Amino acid sequence: MVEKLSGAEMVVRALQDEGVEYLFGYPGGAVLHIYDAIFQQPKDAENKVHHILVRHEQAATHAADGYARATGKPGVVLVTSGPGATNAVTGIATAYMDSIPLIVISGQVRSDWIGDDAFQETDMVGVCRPIVKHSFMVQRTEDIPEIMKKAFYIATTGRPGPVLIDIPKDKTAPHIKFPYDYPKTVKMRSYTPITKGHSGQTRKAVDELLKAKRPVIYAGGGIIMGEASEELTALARRLGYPVTNTLMGLGGFPATDELSIGMLGMHGTYEANMAMHNSDLILAAGARFDDRATNDASKFCPNAKVIHIDVDPATISKNVTADIPIVGPVKQVLSEMLSMLDEHPGKPDEKAIASWWEEINGWRQVHGLRYETGEMMKPQQVVQALYKATKGDAYVTSDVGQHQMFAAQYYHFDKPRRWINSGGLGTMGFGLPAAMGVQLAYPDAVVACVTGEGSIQMNIQELSTCMQYGLPIKIININNQALGMVKQWQDMQYGGRHSQSYMDSLPDFVKLTESYGHVGMRVDRIEDLDAAMEEAFALKDRLVFMDIYVDPTEHVYPMHIADGSMRDMWLNKTERT
Amino acid sequence: MRRIISILMENEPGALSRVVGLFSQRGYNIETLTVAPTEDPTLSRLTLTTYGDDRTIERITKHLNKLIEVVKLVDLSEGEHVEREIMLIKVKASGAQRAEVKRTVDIFRGQIVDVTSTVYVVQLTGTSDKLDAFIEAIGEAQVLEVVRSGVSGIARGEKTLSL
Ligand SMILES: Cc1ncc(C[n+]2csc(CCOP(=O)(O)OP(=O)(O)O)c2C)c(N)n1
Ligand SMILES: [Mg+2]
Repeated sequence: MVEKLSGAEMVVRALQDEGVEYLFGYPGGAVLHIYDAIFQQPKDAENKVHHILVRHEQAATHAADGYARATGKPGVVLVTSGPGATNAVTGIATAYMDSIPLIVISGQVRSDWIGDDAFQETDMVGVCRPIVKHSFMVQRTEDIPEIMKKAFYIATTGRPGPVLIDIPKDKTAPHIKFPYDYPKTVKMRSYTPITKGHSGQTRKAVDELLKAKRPVIYAGGGIIMGEASEELTALARRLGYPVTNTLMGLGGFPATDELSIGMLGMHGTYEANMAMHNSDLILAAGARFDDRATNDASKFCPNAKVIHIDVDPATISKNVTADIPIVGPVKQVLSEMLSMLDEHPGKPDEKAIASWWEEINGWRQVHGLRYETGEMMKPQQVVQALYKATKGDAYVTSDVGQHQMFAAQYYHFDKPRRWINSGGLGTMGFGLPAAMGVQLAYPDAVVACVTGEGSIQMNIQELSTCMQYGLPIKIININNQALGMVKQWQDMQYGGRHSQSYMDSLPDFVKLTESYGHVGMRVDRIEDLDAAMEEAFALKDRLVFMDIYVDPTEHVYPMHIADGSMRDMWLNKTERT
Repeated sequence: MRRIISILMENEPGALSRVVGLFSQRGYNIETLTVAPTEDPTLSRLTLTTYGDDRTIERITKHLNKLIEVVKLVDLSEGEHVEREIMLIKVKASGAQRAEVKRTVDIFRGQIVDVTSTVYVVQLTGTSDKLDAFIEAIGEAQVLEVVRSGVSGIARGEKTLSL
């Protein structure tokens, strides 16, 4: 006989059936039935869903998002109607921009009150329409299992993304029960994600790859989301071609590999941007030619043919026209490329590739990543010390600003899913809650959150959540006493008029951290930095907040010159290309 | 260039708002829009007209195809097709004007579907250009009210937009 469950029980059971470990949320009137069903799970149930009580719903979405980025599994969020749901919006948009699979369950007022401006009523489906992959409004309790199944399916297949399930309170009422039978599979006539690229196109791409004299492999976040790191690495090594990663793609190809030329884009390396600009063939894999990567798209890489592999057809030729578009999962397409190469009579043009590398290495020598040291500590030094203290093997989350770019430039990620940042939306406040999700997923891993004194204050309340669940995150607060990235733009484009970009009245972060029950440290001198890092990371079971004071005048370089091409860059405060 | 995009989609609440929302979100314009369930009540057929070059239309159709509820779509203007719009138009018709209006309606193969001593309600079907031409022929000054359905369209020949 099929078991009968209430809507609330169905929600919780479906999460169990999906193998969900953690549910990040915050209770309120519209979801109380669901919270009761969470409470009533048998204590020793093997597949129990653990609820993580955050201190702000935005943090719930970022934590679920961090969990998803680190594990590849969908993150799950539960929030109440109205303000609970709207607080989650920034996190949903963040996940949407970076194609992160999230399931967001929001409570809604009872169905007979919808449209009446009832207490805590917000049209969440309407609010979220442009920032979700799909959304559902539960109309009938008995539909809940199928909707949950579809939501997980949609969120995790094709180009992943957040899916919203809005559930009116009456649909979860404890006394109304229906048979529960969780669907094993789901088929939707209107949604069939692509599982294989066009072999003919792939063959053409392979021919072009072997003809290239100045090729660059441009690899994005799709490599990480699509689990294609191994295939990408094998392909690059087989061909011996240079690889550049986008901000979202860091770790998709080992940064310390000799074929890596670093990150490209607005704050990419000189050699990566120069190589792109001067290339004759670009193999774009799981990248989307974002404006932060390409600079002015109309001036982008004038002599390059473009091969573009992406699972999302709408991304191909959106900003830069592809000569050889390949719609398909990047993992499958790259592995097909590898087997085609095995059988191909041709070989890379060794002579041309060797002289291409000479040119690239020349660029690297002239203007590789560098900065001037001085009396004051430099933010770059902090990231380098972090790299040393963690042996390059930490999970690093970040917030948004200069510190984010320094982390991307100076922490050399060799593995996928280690670098966790809000690339597309650029959400300050992402770092700490994202680190919570990562630390929960991997309790024994070293998790560092590189942040700034501006960003950290956007979700500082989560120090309390970290205490409750014993999350030993290491917060690296690169404190430049300014909204550094804003200030840099004002220095460069607004005659140094620092309108609202400095951080006055900073709290004493050490005391603040201690008041939450954690360890706080302040570092002012470069001489103390390494020892302080060692000390912090030796405290394996404690959250440590390292408040590190750095030179407030430092800028991030290289920096693309607006409306220019890939090769137009500021190299430091006075020198440009 | 003017395009007619015809969409087969799930007949579900919220589906229409996703289509319309996509246009405003991505900065495209909808010129006309008609939608109704098909012979299969689980499906709706939506026809819209918009303006754009090939690149823009390609982007629009790719994004539309990504909407979970969109089953299939076709750009009718790419091939041979039949398009129709229906118009109900209320025109002044008193005295000597009456015969003149009647004659114009006949020329355009319209029908007078309601009559008072001073007005006619005229029903007219055809391409959007034909409806525009009728309004011009009648003269703006004579027109009291215009209601147009927006364009419906179907491909000529064997081609169908179905499951
Ligand atoms: C929620 C949000 N508001 C505003 C911005 C714009 N913004 C980008 S970087 C930045 C400054 C960040 O300051 P801080 O966290 O101290 O980092 P720093 O640049 O100083 O390293 C601001 C305000 C943003 N990205 N996100
Ligand atoms: Mg700062």
